[in-house]
Amino acid sequence: MTDDQGMTTCGPGCGWPKPPGQPLPANLNVYVSNLIPREEYFAAGHRGCQGCGLALAVRLALKAAGPDVIVVTATGCLEIITTPLPYTAWGVPWIHVAFENTAATASGIEAALKVLRRKGRIPDRKVRVLAFAGDGGTADIGLQALSGALERGHDLTYICLDNEAYMNTGVQRSGATPFGASTTTSPAGRRSIGQQTWKKPMPAIAAAHNIPYVATANPSYPFDFIQKVRRAMDTEGPAYIHAYSACPTGWRSATDLSIHIGRLATETGVFPLYEVVRGRHILNYDPPVLQPLKEYLRLQPRFRHLTDDDIARIEARVWREYEALKRRAEFDAKEEKRLKREEARVRRLARARAKGSRE
Amino acid sequence: MNPTLERRVGMEDSHAIALAVRQCNVDVVAAYPITPQTHIVEKLAEMVANGELDAEFVPVESEHSAMTVCVGAEATGARTFTCTSSQGLILMSEIVYIASAMRLPCVMVLANRSLSGPLSIWCDHSDVMSIRDCGWIQTFAENGQEVYDLVFHAYRVAEMPEVLTPVILNVDGFYLTHVVESLLVADQEVVDRYLPPYRPRYALHPDRAVTMGAYGVPELFTEAKKAQDEALRATYPSIVKAWQEWGDLTGRHYHPVETYRTEGARVLLFTMGSIGQTAMVAVDAMREQGWPVGLVKLRLWRPFPHEDLRRAVAGAEHLVVLDRAVSFGGPGGPVASEVRSALYGQAGAPVVHDFIVGLAGRDVAVPDFEAMVREVLARKSAPRHEDYVIYGARE
Repeated sequence: MTDDQGMTTCGPGCGWPKPPGQPLPANLNVYVSNLIPREEYFAAGHRGCQGCGLALAVRLALKAAGPDVIVVTATGCLEIITTPLPYTAWGVPWIHVAFENTAATASGIEAALKVLRRKGRIPDRKVRVLAFAGDGGTADIGLQALSGALERGHDLTYICLDNEAYMNTGVQRSGATPFGASTTTSPAGRRSIGQQTWKKPMPAIAAAHNIPYVATANPSYPFDFIQKVRRAMDTEGPAYIHAYSACPTGWRSATDLSIHIGRLATETGVFPLYEVVRGRHILNYDPPVLQPLKEYLRLQPRFRHLTDDDIARIEARVWREYEALKRRAEFDAKEEKRLKREEARVRRLARARAKGSRE
Repeated sequence: MNPTLERRVGMEDSHAIALAVRQCNVDVVAAYPITPQTHIVEKLAEMVANGELDAEFVPVESEHSAMTVCVGAEATGARTFTCTSSQGLILMSEIVYIASAMRLPCVMVLANRSLSGPLSIWCDHSDVMSIRDCGWIQTFAENGQEVYDLVFHAYRVAEMPEVLTPVILNVDGFYLTHVVESLLVADQEVVDRYLPPYRPRYALHPDRAVTMGAYGVPELFTEAKKAQDEALRATYPSIVKAWQEWGDLTGRHYHPVETYRTEGARVLLFTMGSIGQTAMVAVDAMREQGWPVGLVKLRLWRPFPHEDLRRAVAGAEHLVVLDRAVSFGGPGGPVASEVRSALYGQAGAPVVHDFIVGLAGRDVAVPDFEAMVREVLARKSAPRHEDYVIYGARE
């Protein structure tokens, strides 16, 4: 884990001894997996399916968040697999209210923490708010509540666990289902290719709210994933993470391939890993060459009806979007440098003017 | 009450509600604008902006989120306030049910307004009747003073450790939100004596991790609902006790069912909310003409005070129930059908006559009460249970 200064830092609860007041030097960053906290806040024995990508994402996110957190979860798979009354898989304070209001629940908790801390009714330390919702609960029914929370600027982290359909209710299509995927409400048939619309661009929608931190993350890249959750939680104000979440049950894929499919999602350009930090796009991983889309699709029977022509058409769009993202990141990096130069110039001018007026 | 501990002021009822909420020192206010609730939240926003109330004001993007923010904040241990009307209530109703099931002592002021369509901003009770079974304690106010007093009662009752149930205070839209009235405002010292600081039994905090809102499997769901129902029924003595305490402090006493000039009455009017004020004038006028008429007012709608109601109407021949909502295709107004249920099979119970009145702010004036009583007395036979009149509707 390295911070902005290139120094390795020790996260909460990690195995490394932390020298008081100073970060570890980067050259000690050899066994990177040692930097993942050993503490488990997400208990084994929950009722997730084999190969559930969401369970892995949540486990990693909780390790990144550490103990001083309150978790909110939407109605859906995550809620169902973790809390059949009277059991719970949550080692941290956790609440579920309903489906479409995850961001609003998190808003209420954040507001309460703020005021109760101010009034001295709870211990005076930072407790962070972490919300999980699925793609349906984020891109469709929960979009309004999310937009409101982002716009109001609550200090919270919202993670969309995107498995690309309503899996908990039996694999119905959502606004985040990719083009061509067969679901129970967008079935492929003689007159349909399956899902007929292109995936709603949630990270861009979140970023359009001008919030300080947006990222895509993929549990097949666990270190990147943990780092992003930490960054999001350390950000003052709203942070949004769009997390890839393989679903063998809904995608009809083999349960032992979830990590592999996740890797392919990023390597084919379907799910690029990037951040939008205060409006600046940063591509975190740029594969030397994008893998053929077919490699990704053929492992998921939800796409098995697609012809080579269909795949070529989808691939063209994936590559176009990937290239656009890459160009945007390059542009933002250049623009950032230019803005810094410009700011320095304006400051110099102001200093010179101030000096002149004094003389 | 010690006169130095209260002062008489002229104030819009909405502002009296906001003042009471401020005196309750709430922590989080979340609301979305809807007529006629707006003046209440505007005033609260102003108080927060001016530093008169140390609270987080969350200007949410919908009523659904307003209720949700309150649920999230209550779960974290904050005292919350929201208010809404009509469409706002039915938009948030999903979460209204969840707040009570989670035993979170939220307080909501509902500025009663008709449900669309056609769209109307004026007062009736169709909004609250749509969430009749939501598991909240539900009270009704009749005038500005009651509105002010009942806010304190709402928080006092909701947060009692043996209650932990949210409260809806119904105030008739415009009649009890936009009217300027003379009312007695309590000193903060009185409020502090009445309302202890909120100490939640469970709250979301890492120092003591709890899971809230787990899902109920069929093996447990029935038991969870039975527990919820028993808990709501068991709030009755606490509600009465909290009114008694307020009465002891201020001299203003409230009861689940209240009566006005019922002694020797053959005909009783039965009202909820601000319409009771006009009904009292009508009863006075009819008594003056020698008509044996009295008035029964329901203040506590949930839990329904069956026994108080039976006692209050005992001895009367006719009970004229004034409903401000329609149960389409059902047994008339919702209040009348509950009153009939409470009296069913009771020896000597009065005959229930159901009049649906005052929809969307249609005036119900003194002559209207007289007309209804006259109509009831002229009836040759008792109406069937399912009979009702939508009073004053032009054919």
